Amino acid sequence: MKKFKIAMGVVAIALTLLTVTSCKDTKKSDEHLEMDQDGMNHVGDENMEMDQNGMNNDEMMNQDQKTSKATAVLDSYIELKNALVADNTEVAATAGKTVLDALDKFDQSSIAEAQKQEVIDIIEDAREHAEHISENSGKMDHQREHFEVLSIDVNDLIAITGTDRVLYKTFCPMYNEGKGGIWLSETKEIKNPYLGSKMMKCGEIQEEIK
Amino acid sequence: MKVLKIIAIILFMTFVGIQFISTIRNQSDIVPVTDLMETYNVPEQVEVIFKTSCYDCHSNNTIYPWYNKIQPVSWIMEGHIKEAKAELNFNEFGSYSERRQKSKFKSILSQVDDGEMPLTSYTWMHREAKLSENEKKALEDWINKMLESL
Repeated sequence: MKKFKIAMGVVAIALTLLTVTSCKDTKKSDEHLEMDQDGMNHVGDENMEMDQNGMNNDEMMNQDQKTSKATAVLDSYIELKNALVADNTEVAATAGKTVLDALDKFDQSSIAEAQKQEVIDIIEDAREHAEHISENSGKMDHQREHFEVLSIDVNDLIAITGTDRVLYKTFCPMYNEGKGGIWLSETKEIKNPYLGSKMMKCGEIQEEIK
Repeated sequence: MKVLKIIAIILFMTFVGIQFISTIRNQSDIVPVTDLMETYNVPEQVEVIFKTSCYDCHSNNTIYPWYNKIQPVSWIMEGHIKEAKAELNFNEFGSYSERRQKSKFKSILSQVDDGEMPLTSYTWMHREAKLSENEKKALEDWINKMLESL
């Protein structure tokens, strides 16, 4: 009798577990569906928003040709650069997220058709680097590796969009085992984001970008 | 004693229960034209390194170990592979923009150089995927050459 009870108990537990897990399974696929739909809606919304922004921006462009659309990207990039100068990995991660957001909001509508693909490529690449920087708080070497390529992306981006401020393209020949790396700085004074306090003054200005 | 027995039974039943959860397997016979090996002329030695040490997670085809059929192993693997492919899929390498290819090459270089990739949890079970100093050098030399030409 006792054995029978235990056996029944085991069967009951097994059945419960099976139901629970299979419920989870269906729930999971539902969630996927919902997520997919959400994703689609979201993309649609964004596109619409972007179109609207685009129209607004065109109007603004007519009023002020010099308005640079890379402003938010540059603001956040400089914030990130200064966090790395200060050897502050947490602030760098937060700033990386800000760069990511700025890139996502970047309005491409007024970019000339011939350069559109390049801008799309730049943003896609830069996004990944910003994402890695934001997700790797505590691993400053890794953040700096991505910052190096991000800097090239931002430099190439403003070559197309123009810049709303004076920037100094600075080169550190020592970074990455002598391969070197560039960064963009808002000041003439050299403050190295790759080596930080280890070698703050390493670097030379290659170009003044206006 | 009785409590222990019940706990053991519950744990065992949970283990049996989760075996019924199915995962999506990452398998495909198709090698797309955008595959790294189709896009570039990769020396055989380097190709073997990529295929043995990287392709299980960074392509559309995983050669699964036997224990992958057991949960929660397949769960964990599914997550890893999904993440890995979003980051870098060698089957799609040729479809990346030149800029992104360059970025990926740079990242591969630093990840391999720092010993971050292949993952220790992977080489632990796949001894053959572990990169020797020679293999590392061959891989890095080739990537450096690619970076210069891109």
